[in-house]
Amino acid sequence: MDLDFQVIIDNFTYFMIGRYPNGPLGGLGLTMYLAVVSCILSFFGGLILGLLSLSRYPVIRYPVNLFINTIRGLPLLMVIFWMYFLLPALMGKTVPESQTVIMGLTVFTSAYMSQIVRAGIMGVPKGQTEAAISTGLKGWQTMLYIILPQGMRNMIPSFVNQFVSLIKDTSLAFIVGVSELTHVGTQVNNRTMSYPTEIFIFIAAVYFVLCFAFTSFSRWLEQRLAWRKSI
Amino acid sequence: MLKYHFDWSIITSGKYFEWLVSGLKVTLELSAVGIVGAFVLGLVIAVLKMSNFKPLRWLASVYLEFFRNTPLLIQIFFWYFGSYKVLPTAVNEWLNNTNFEFAAAAIALIIYTSAFIAEDIRSGILSIPKEQMEAARSAGFSFLRSMQYIILPQAVRITIPPLVNQFLNLAKNSSLAMTIGVMELTYQARQVESYSFKGFEAFTAATVVYLALSVSITFIMDLYNKRVLNPQRS
Amino acid sequence: MIQFQNVHKWFKTLHVLNDVNLHVKQGEVVVVCGPSGSGKSTLIRTINKLEPINEGRLTVDGMDLLSKKTDLNRLRAEVGFVFQQFNLYPHLSVLSNITLAPIKIRNTPKKEAEEQAMQLLERVGLAMKRDAYPTQLSGGQQQRVAIARALAMKPRIMLFDEPTSALDPEMIGEVLAVMQDLAKSGMTMVVVTHEMGFAREVADRVVFMDHGVILEEAQPEEFFRNPQHDRAKQFLKQLLSPMH
Ligand SMILES: Nc1ncnc2c1ncn2[C@@H]1O[C@H](COP(=O)(O)OP(=O)(O)OP(=O)(O)O)[C@@H](O)[C@H]1O
Ligand SMILES: [Mg+2]
Repeated sequence: MDLDFQVIIDNFTYFMIGRYPNGPLGGLGLTMYLAVVSCILSFFGGLILGLLSLSRYPVIRYPVNLFINTIRGLPLLMVIFWMYFLLPALMGKTVPESQTVIMGLTVFTSAYMSQIVRAGIMGVPKGQTEAAISTGLKGWQTMLYIILPQGMRNMIPSFVNQFVSLIKDTSLAFIVGVSELTHVGTQVNNRTMSYPTEIFIFIAAVYFVLCFAFTSFSRWLEQRLAWRKSI
Repeated sequence: MLKYHFDWSIITSGKYFEWLVSGLKVTLELSAVGIVGAFVLGLVIAVLKMSNFKPLRWLASVYLEFFRNTPLLIQIFFWYFGSYKVLPTAVNEWLNNTNFEFAAAAIALIIYTSAFIAEDIRSGILSIPKEQMEAARSAGFSFLRSMQYIILPQAVRITIPPLVNQFLNLAKNSSLAMTIGVMELTYQARQVESYSFKGFEAFTAATVVYLALSVSITFIMDLYNKRVLNPQRS
Repeated sequence: MIQFQNVHKWFKTLHVLNDVNLHVKQGEVVVVCGPSGSGKSTLIRTINKLEPINEGRLTVDGMDLLSKKTDLNRLRAEVGFVFQQFNLYPHLSVLSNITLAPIKIRNTPKKEAEEQAMQLLERVGLAMKRDAYPTQLSGGQQQRVAIARALAMKPRIMLFDEPTSALDPEMIGEVLAVMQDLAKSGMTMVVVTHEMGFAREVADRVVFMDHGVILEEAQPEEFFRNPQHDRAKQFLKQLLSPMH
């Protein structure tokens, strides 16, 4: 077993930022871009789906839950393929691959985020809602000023965990040809031929450092929030 | 979209139908192997993580953190493209004589999922209050008997739902095996698309199969939750 | 002000309110008591429709609670509710707990709402706690803030569901004092409580419930001196026994 990591050093900037600034952003930079943009979009997607899934009107609740559970029942890969396939048909024009992936990740992650939102909302004691509506607050005001701010606190660590999943999930962008970290890895591998072990160990390590940092952050948050609640 | 001509017959019989069925078969095989392997390995890691011997605990922690925080796809690529340099020659020879794509995908799925399963098993056991063990011990049961009669039966009941969820995740994740040429369901759906240009039909078929799998397992788990975990509420 | 006419309510098969008739006039203070599970909370919670009724007629300040036309939010704004568990908003300061509803519902300017909130805090003796958070207050202080929060909407009716039951004994007095003060100011009040001293001194009427039925309705003096029903006698005896 003799590994030669020279290939990593030679291609380091390519792994990190692709051909940027002479070309489009790639590598780890693009991975982060995909993850952050999808995370922001899925936060709102999850919030909306989560709220709708708790609607008191069955005509809203049932289809929304059907949608959420359908997405959760599918592999992410299938969702991305559907986007790849449906988006151009729906938009009537070709859609860049990176946008296809962002849409796929967003739809997929929103479905999971909606469950976090649901649990966060249902975790707020019933007395809070009763107190709020007893002072005359309307349903949406109660949600906005009383329930969500408290529920958000329980949701934050889970949101961070979802973000970690998102970072890992961006690796699937490779399949539709977006040149993020995984794609760059396979490219370098195809070009150099004889260092697959070194390349994939390195890429795994990069993902690990990133994901582990956020996982630890989420644990820290969880403990901190739990502690503050108990005073 | 308007000009698209639907032709469902293409996926309900004939060559493409057979492709999809063979894809489903591979998905089920890969999932079955993966589930058994991930469960056994996960159990081992969970035991290590709870052992009294610090180096073992530490080793289990590193395993858990590393494999949970690395994308499955990279792990698949590592086993498929890169493992030959770090594996003993005998293992390499054995792998080369089997269906290598399938084996690499199975190994990656097993290791990745076992890390999640270990954590679920561990938190299931830890969720049993300490007092349960103390009560059992003071009632005269030995440590092992207490585990057998009091702790494990409770822990198993609690751990089954998250475990089944991980099994389902594994089945869905097995779709990533297509990237190294394992001809499972998603791979075949894509094949059908590129040969027939009937992507909509092909993806619908695959989607329906995945959903059928998820829905039936979710349904069984709902029943389990109602009947076994919260019987008084139904 | 509040009128129950042949009101019934079921939780599935459980008959929690059974043919309730009760009339609370403006400025009256009515104390509701009875054994645990007798339906006291349910009764008082129907008045601002935290629980809907199934049968009968219930009007509050001229609003028919079964009518679809009744503006529920307006009703609730006019009826203050104080809970056993306080239910203060833990993420908001004392001042914001009080000003939230006036600002959002009555569109009171923030400054004015805060001035009014400070007056209420003076009244319940907690002006110095304006910037504290609920978790930093004792139970008695939290409950007084909760009363101030309910009063901030200038309600015409105040409902109290066992406001002192979750409190340590030494804090009960401070809360009862605030309630007594409120009663003197002419507020219409319905109070579920087992504080018989409060009932004796402040209530105009005592209502005794058991199994969802109003068994007895009398002036406090009369109720304590000469309860009519065996259940009421038993209940009073238990309350007054040293075990309690
Ligand atoms: N949401 C509900 N669903 C079903 N049953 C309920 C519900 N709320 C109350 N009950 C039942 O209705 C009955 C009356 O409850 P209620 O809370 O009104 O009693 P209470 O007189 O206030 O008792 P306590 O003194 O313990 O507060 C009880 O048997 C209770 O278990
Ligand atoms: Mg009660």
